[in-house]
Amino acid sequence: MSIWVDEHTKVVYQGLTGSQGSFYGLRNRDYGTQVVAGTNPRKAGTDVGGIPIFATVAEAVKETGATASCVFIPAPGVKDAVIEAADGGVEFIVVITEGVPAHDEAWFYNKLKRDYPGVQLLGPNCPGIISPGRANIGITADHIALAPEPGQAAVGIVSRSGTLTYQALYELKLKGIPVSTCVGVGGDPVPGTSFIDCLRAFEADPETSAVMMIGEIGGSAEEEAAEFIKSDMTKPVSAYVAGVTAPPGKKMGHAGAIVSGGRGTAQAKIEALRDAGAKVGMNPTEAGELMAEIVASLAPSWADPPLG
Amino acid sequence: MNLYEYQGKQFFARYGIPVSPGEVARTPDEAVAAAERVGYPVVVKAQVQVGGRGKAGGIKLANDAEETRTHAENILGMDIKGHTVEIVWVEHASEIAEEYYASFTLDRSAKQHLGMLSAEGGVEIEKVAEDNPDAIARIHVDPVDGLSEDQARAWVRQATLNPAAEDGAVDLLLKLYRSYVEGDADLVEVNPLILTTDGKVHALDAKVTLDGNAVFRHPDYKEYDATQVRDEREKLAHEKGLQYVGLDGSVGVIANGAGLAMSTVDIVTQVGGRPANFLDVGGGANAEKMANALRVIDSDENVRSIFINIFGGITKGEEIANGIVGALGQVDIAAPIVVRLDGTNADEGREILRPHLSDRLQMQPTMVDAARKAVELAGETPR
Repeated sequence: MSIWVDEHTKVVYQGLTGSQGSFYGLRNRDYGTQVVAGTNPRKAGTDVGGIPIFATVAEAVKETGATASCVFIPAPGVKDAVIEAADGGVEFIVVITEGVPAHDEAWFYNKLKRDYPGVQLLGPNCPGIISPGRANIGITADHIALAPEPGQAAVGIVSRSGTLTYQALYELKLKGIPVSTCVGVGGDPVPGTSFIDCLRAFEADPETSAVMMIGEIGGSAEEEAAEFIKSDMTKPVSAYVAGVTAPPGKKMGHAGAIVSGGRGTAQAKIEALRDAGAKVGMNPTEAGELMAEIVASLAPSWADPPLG
Repeated sequence: MNLYEYQGKQFFARYGIPVSPGEVARTPDEAVAAAERVGYPVVVKAQVQVGGRGKAGGIKLANDAEETRTHAENILGMDIKGHTVEIVWVEHASEIAEEYYASFTLDRSAKQHLGMLSAEGGVEIEKVAEDNPDAIARIHVDPVDGLSEDQARAWVRQATLNPAAEDGAVDLLLKLYRSYVEGDADLVEVNPLILTTDGKVHALDAKVTLDGNAVFRHPDYKEYDATQVRDEREKLAHEKGLQYVGLDGSVGVIANGAGLAMSTVDIVTQVGGRPANFLDVGGGANAEKMANALRVIDSDENVRSIFINIFGGITKGEEIANGIVGALGQVDIAAPIVVRLDGTNADEGREILRPHLSDRLQMQPTMVDAARKAVELAGETPR
């Protein structure tokens, strides 16, 4: 099992004909993802590496049965692309694009919530989602992710940062710990999928035995996640929060990574997570080691096949 | 992007928000000429992007040309919390009856816009929030619906503004919301929002932060970008298109990815050093990008050592190592460099770096080891 995407998920790539879209779209297909279609209104009827291009998401869905979309459209077109995807009938939309205006994000987040309640958005400004060995939608470096053996328990990862996600996947791989699904929620102010959405899904996923969470300064998503961990999670969590020494009022690379008015500090997030019972490392390696300890403590059940 | 008050007022004026007539001046002569045009009495206001101008003596009332000149002479060149005043805004003085506060910003937690309105204006809103939180009327605005007139009116009543200000405030708040959305602002704040003795409502101050990601639909914002407060290092980094934040330590930091760069700054501090900067060199990490990053770091005279922390994802270790070697061929760097290279094909990458290693270019296997070495080379004692 994994959360949200697996080898059966059929994906349409909006912007597959662009340089980023074709590079990652073909890479994702080579990994095993069912990349069934691309869209570009001016190139309908052509193909990219054998993947058919349709004018719209609706046509792609009708012809191929795609249920997910991955958006590589440049920032000015993302707002329309998200609504086109939802209108076209997909259930899961992954927006990789960086630099989307905050007002556009706030608008389409609320638009989806109201008019397309069955649709889940991941991103923008995120590396995407990978269920190792099954499917990779986005730009995650998939060869550094260790896939679980059939029936083997695994760790779920959720992160706001791309490179720190890779770092986490790598640390776990070096320790021989497989990953069920790794979700990059992205570094923007209005992420479509929150930490809590991911934690809830991991809690319900029988294959996932523990969760590694990587946060950073800005907003209060980590504090909200901490409350959820405290009240709703039985599975152990290890965490890391980047930006302990970030100066207030400065955007640290990500649009959402900013301490403003004394709120959104790493210290407050770390305290909240510790208070919730999560094991918090002071650097990514330490968080990986803490996860290895958690896994070792779960060892007897870890090696067992899942219930049933 | 943070705007100066005068830019904020020009921004407001575009959306029909009433502001006092005023002009920008860079010299006492210009200030007097501006005052003659806008009409006495005038207020001469220091243009700095920091609070507490009034207390520092940066806002003065002038009744004639002589007073205007004296105040402009005193304020221009003044240092306010480390910011030198280069521009004053000269505006017609208002007859203030009451001072309020109004703002719109994004509530990231609620994922909706947040409006704040208070009958207690003219003071720091953080202080009002602390001392008398009930004095702030808050509303959430769904970005899809926008702000309706009925909603705005109920909000104004909730904030218990003077009934004489109601119509004017409703009108101004609707325009303020429009400026916030259509202008792609992260923040629009009016403090104080005033009711004048003749019953008019207008914006006496303007604090506006614009979303840099929205410049594609506002080509004129390039002008604001040019007036951003940046130190020399930040200017150079901005020109080179690098994500850079200047800090005041001695260990220069280069990493790929914002999260890893933040993490690297943290770890340098944790092992007892002081980072000189945050720098995200981005994906790809080719020789050109790396050389530019090194140039920016090397322009910082406080830098005693440089920590390059790269994790190979899609970009392989060999490409990164070749990028570093290529960059070192392009620039002559004074400070010793410590590299930590991990991830995809890290071993192959390390092999490429190995023949180039010396006292000036060292390699360490982990983030912590590399941070300690960089701190040591900066002349500090690592822990």
